[in-house]
Amino acid sequence: MSDKIQKQVMAKEQKTSVGIMKFITGEYLQKFGIVLALLIMCIALSIMSPYFLKVSNFVNILLQSSINAILAFGLTFVIITGGIDLSVGSVLALAGVVMGVVLQNQGNVVIAIFLGLIVGALCGFSNGVLITKLNLPPFIATLGMMSIARGLALVITKGYPISGLPPAVRFLGADKLAGIPVPVLLVIILFVISHIILSNTKIGRYDYAIGGNEEATKLSGVNVDKYKIIIYTISGLFAGIAGIVLAARVNSALAIAGMGYELDAIAASVIGGVSLMGGEGSASGTLLGAVVMGVLRNGLNLLNVSTFWQQVVIGVVVIAAVSLDQLQKKRR
Amino acid sequence: MDYILEMRNISKEFPGVKALNKVNLNIKPGEIHVLVGENGAGKSTLMKILTGVYSKDEGEIILKGKKIDIKSPKEAQIAGISIIYQELNLVPQLSIAENIFLGREPLKKNGLIDWEDMYRKTNELLKRLDLNLEPRIKVKKLGIAQQQMVEIAKALSFKSDIIIMDEPTSALTEKEIEQLFKVMKQLKSSGVAIIYISHRLEEIKKIGDRLTVLRDGTYIGTYAVDSVDIDKIIQLMVGRRLEEKFPKEFAAISNNVLEVKNLNRKNVLKNISFVLKKGEVLGLAGLMGAGRTELARAIFGVDPIDGGEIYINGIKVNIKSPSEAIKNGIGLLPEDRKMQGLVQALSVTHNVTLPSLNNFIKKIFLNKKKENDITYAYVEKVNIKTPSTSKKVRFLSGGNQQKVVLAKWLCANVDILIFDEPTRGIDVGAKVEIYKLINNLVKEGKSVLLISSELPEILGMCDRILVMHEGEITGEFLRQDATQEKILACATGRLKNVG
Repeated sequence: MSDKIQKQVMAKEQKTSVGIMKFITGEYLQKFGIVLALLIMCIALSIMSPYFLKVSNFVNILLQSSINAILAFGLTFVIITGGIDLSVGSVLALAGVVMGVVLQNQGNVVIAIFLGLIVGALCGFSNGVLITKLNLPPFIATLGMMSIARGLALVITKGYPISGLPPAVRFLGADKLAGIPVPVLLVIILFVISHIILSNTKIGRYDYAIGGNEEATKLSGVNVDKYKIIIYTISGLFAGIAGIVLAARVNSALAIAGMGYELDAIAASVIGGVSLMGGEGSASGTLLGAVVMGVLRNGLNLLNVSTFWQQVVIGVVVIAAVSLDQLQKKRR
Repeated sequence: MDYILEMRNISKEFPGVKALNKVNLNIKPGEIHVLVGENGAGKSTLMKILTGVYSKDEGEIILKGKKIDIKSPKEAQIAGISIIYQELNLVPQLSIAENIFLGREPLKKNGLIDWEDMYRKTNELLKRLDLNLEPRIKVKKLGIAQQQMVEIAKALSFKSDIIIMDEPTSALTEKEIEQLFKVMKQLKSSGVAIIYISHRLEEIKKIGDRLTVLRDGTYIGTYAVDSVDIDKIIQLMVGRRLEEKFPKEFAAISNNVLEVKNLNRKNVLKNISFVLKKGEVLGLAGLMGAGRTELARAIFGVDPIDGGEIYINGIKVNIKSPSEAIKNGIGLLPEDRKMQGLVQALSVTHNVTLPSLNNFIKKIFLNKKKENDITYAYVEKVNIKTPSTSKKVRFLSGGNQQKVVLAKWLCANVDILIFDEPTRGIDVGAKVEIYKLINNLVKEGKSVLLISSELPEILGMCDRILVMHEGEITGEFLRQDATQEKILACATGRLKNVG
């Protein structure tokens, strides 16, 4: 009895001391770094522009970050394994286009959305199979898929946009629930799901283990191939969701949608502390990364900085974020 | 005094630990000076200070009578101090000559590399070491022993008069060790001083002139090797008398748990047959490359087999993957625990539960409390020294890491444990702890297959011993019949002793 109590007390002490240690040793520091950077940016922008500090503007920022955030959540799973998925931008377009074509031809909204998502997941699944069964490097497999998916989207639409989507679809991109735009709600839901998968399920645990040491994970009896395929399928599925939301927002499915979005999504993950070496990262970090990019774009827009210069700034921020991370690691 | 190097009262503090406390080290020219101490005693910290990787907090370094301040590895090299690490620092894709002169290639007047000069100089260095190697060969084509020689040649090319060797023999075969010792003696006679770090105490007697003992960051003393015996050295290292180096206890041995019949893998394993009994520690001896690790991997389902049968408790099983091996109650503690046994970036808990995660699932979610509680129980059981179960394993010492690997298999509830070189690179005190854990395992009715290159360990801990040579079992001995000579004779293929 007393033994048990003692153990509980020890466990508790352990827990708090661990919390404090993490705090001190800087495991949280990085995340605080992003939050701090975000706060400084917000303060600076609200001084420089009277429009920045408005609720409507914040809702706008989240809405503009939503597609990037959804793609980045999917990519986070992949990058934690030490892999990469370059195909998400193209898969996004293919999923949107497939939904559009189905809507054009028979109109059932549920089936159309479902098929769009399935195609997204299938692309991810194929990536996973190519990487695990044919031993292709993730960069190559998904580079190929990037071209295949884009090509198929163009073939299906012959390059023409599919416009005039039904209201039930447009709801996903343009409507609001309780004053919050539906894409933003979706981001929140997908964030919660990603966070739970990563921190509370087998898939998440194996994800970090594979990224940390694939060989040791295999020798611990984990079916590494199976879980990698699942993880790439998740990335494809998230790209599919993003494709449908984007089509709904702009009220048309375009084969050229999402060009280069994969790079933005990688940037958001990396700013959010996901390590391209694998084994490190979190859904909350990635969400912060996507918001940082959104605030930056929005702020630069409000300050009338040209989109050309915006590109430059985003690039600088990505490099700065990773450099800070590296410096911190060196010090530890 | 005629010391080439004196380190006086060296102290170094890391956040929270005093790594070195007023440590002394005196080296004479042309001597082999052994530095011993358990892991964490401060040997590598001291060497890192000497080679400019770390800065010292206190103390002074006197080289050839002059006080110096070494601020970087480059400065150390220029001062004539070279270090050869356990993990070799060569670029595999480059040739021997390119590796030796990396970053300081001899140049022609027009700024291009003077290859002829580089190969000529490399040849001279290799000849000095009595090595018959072509300077143009890529390093990746060399064995570990030869790569080490390249490192030594590189050290010589800096005109080093002090060479530090950090556990150079841990990955070498007997024959290669002999070759290394020959080279060391040669260097010695040409006046080079060698600081030698090793966990293999028998080697110290063989090769060392004097030794310095460190314990917990403090200086214990410097002794002439001839004046101390191995037991005395151990006592100095651990600060107490180890009651026994191999505390073997005997458990009740009963029915066959694992039976291997005619296992074959092309060019690797030939007709391997043996049984492992409940409560038994079965040793697997042999030279490097005899196929012992390969046999373990075949049984564990990592590498495919071409033929043969495996029976667990009398029932034929078909193991094609590690997960099937685990389901059949087999766990493998791999040779390379850093790269294969553990995920260094994960916590103790996450490593311990990795093979048995299914037992911690509630619906689809992980039961983290259960994970922590059970891991905590195993941390106690196998006595892992860690501040908490959420500590990442990369911060633990070698011995404690090995215990984490063991805990993960105990948590997966396996009955057959294959230990592949479980005490390699682990200090003496932790070795005894691992042996005691093996005792406890067999007393609980588990079975152990112990692969080891250290014959005293095999002789000290096993109930029965198998010997392998070139993929074949060439010997089988009961504990009481086994001797080093017989095992070595079977391991080199000079004797066959199978029933």
